[in-house]
Amino acid sequence: MPDAAPLWATVILPVALVSVAVVTAGFDAVLSAAAVRGRPGSPREVGTWAAAPLREAFRLLAQQPRRTIAADVALGRIGVVLVPVAAVLAGAVLPLGFRPVSDPAVGIVWFNAMEALAWAAVWLTGWGPNSALSLIGGYRFLAQGLAYELPHMFAITTAALGAGSLRVGEVVAAQDGLWFAVWMPVAFLVYLLSAMAMSFWGPFGHPLGRDTAGGAAMELSGVDRLVLLGGRWLLMVVTAAVSVPLFLGGGNGPLLPPWAWTLLKTALVLAALVAGRRLLPTLRMERYTEFAWLVLVPATLLQALVVAVVVLNR
Amino acid sequence: MTEDIVFWVLAVLAVASGVMVFRFDSMARATYALLLSLLCVGGEVLLLGLDYLGVVIVLMMTIEMALMAVFMVMFMMNPAGLMPMSMLHNKKGAAVICTTVFAALATGILLARWPARRGRPPTDPTMSLGMSLMGPQMLTMVTLGMALFATIVSTVVLSTRRGRYDRFGDDLRTRPADDPVPGGGGR
Repeated sequence: MPDAAPLWATVILPVALVSVAVVTAGFDAVLSAAAVRGRPGSPREVGTWAAAPLREAFRLLAQQPRRTIAADVALGRIGVVLVPVAAVLAGAVLPLGFRPVSDPAVGIVWFNAMEALAWAAVWLTGWGPNSALSLIGGYRFLAQGLAYELPHMFAITTAALGAGSLRVGEVVAAQDGLWFAVWMPVAFLVYLLSAMAMSFWGPFGHPLGRDTAGGAAMELSGVDRLVLLGGRWLLMVVTAAVSVPLFLGGGNGPLLPPWAWTLLKTALVLAALVAGRRLLPTLRMERYTEFAWLVLVPATLLQALVVAVVVLNR
Repeated sequence: MTEDIVFWVLAVLAVASGVMVFRFDSMARATYALLLSLLCVGGEVLLLGLDYLGVVIVLMMTIEMALMAVFMVMFMMNPAGLMPMSMLHNKKGAAVICTTVFAALATGILLARWPARRGRPPTDPTMSLGMSLMGPQMLTMVTLGMALFATIVSTVVLSTRRGRYDRFGDDLRTRPADDPVPGGGGR
């Protein structure tokens, strides 16, 4: 059984999540800039590109806030702040190696509940400024949730089913020999899709789409904008990191210590998600909804059935 | 001591935000005040040591309230609740019903003889909850699930304006179906 982490881990967790998010955003910025230039840059240029997200963060900190008429400031603020808060709370069950900040018996449900909070928060963000385009963005994210939440829930249920426990630590322990990603490939792939969808990212970026001038984030400026967009990176880092204990064997691996394996696997998943943004076009949600309900839900249910039969026969 | 403080903070917050549901004149604020109230209830359940139930309340209620926002747009006479509107309907009837229910519950609480705890809490409350729900009452649960699902399907079928003749034509042979929104399944 994994031990509980010491108290300082509670302080370290948000710092660690933010640093990983900054590095990922930097990596993404380098890829974008290189794509615009059409060739890889010199080391010095790469450094400048990689620091772009940080420069943008400082710019937003100093930016003059913009107000809209008859805005529901309270609800909008709650929505903006709730995105990073929910991401960090969801990360509380995240084992670095084998030691999470907290390992409750229902860790997987906790993770899912916090994701749902972030889902509700983006609608609030779109609602707050009393602006049509941002409201459209908020509603787009609700529709997106209706498409991805069910397959996503079945996927993480499958991992819990394979381990016979909702405790993240026990899910990791159950993958000592064989990673869940190997014999639950459908659940793993659906999880990766929904990881992009819940951080409204890449092909699932319609809620913040350009056709609505930035959608839910349209009216946000200054610190508000920084908190929401930073929260989105945090959400992506946390969901990518949780795929490691759920499907990729957590800290299990030869030679390296468990925390190094966790970091390495998280980095690989994050790289896959960043690549996914470049490879796939933005999806309109009415299209993805039909695909999710007609293809992904039955597929994940069949996957759960296979896992259930294997577990019963063990 | 800490538990007492947490209990009272959550309890007061739950009741206060429950009251605010009826004080706000904005659909969005009322929805999220209700969500806050239900989240506090989830916290109280967590405090009782029922981890699974508590977290599931948080999960389900959040999703439920977000869905309410979707339905608000679909069915309300005031789409998206953009105009201020009263959350109070049938004031007198509601007051009578609420007072009666409250009086009945309070009497029950005061008059009932509360049993002392027997035995110990189980090591895995989620497991015991599942066994007591799904063990002897499996047939009830399955029937209930089917009944609920049938209700949902028939409600949607009854409320939709477009039937299969609109979609597939008079001889039901039009392929792909003539839908206002194309969808991505390629049917």
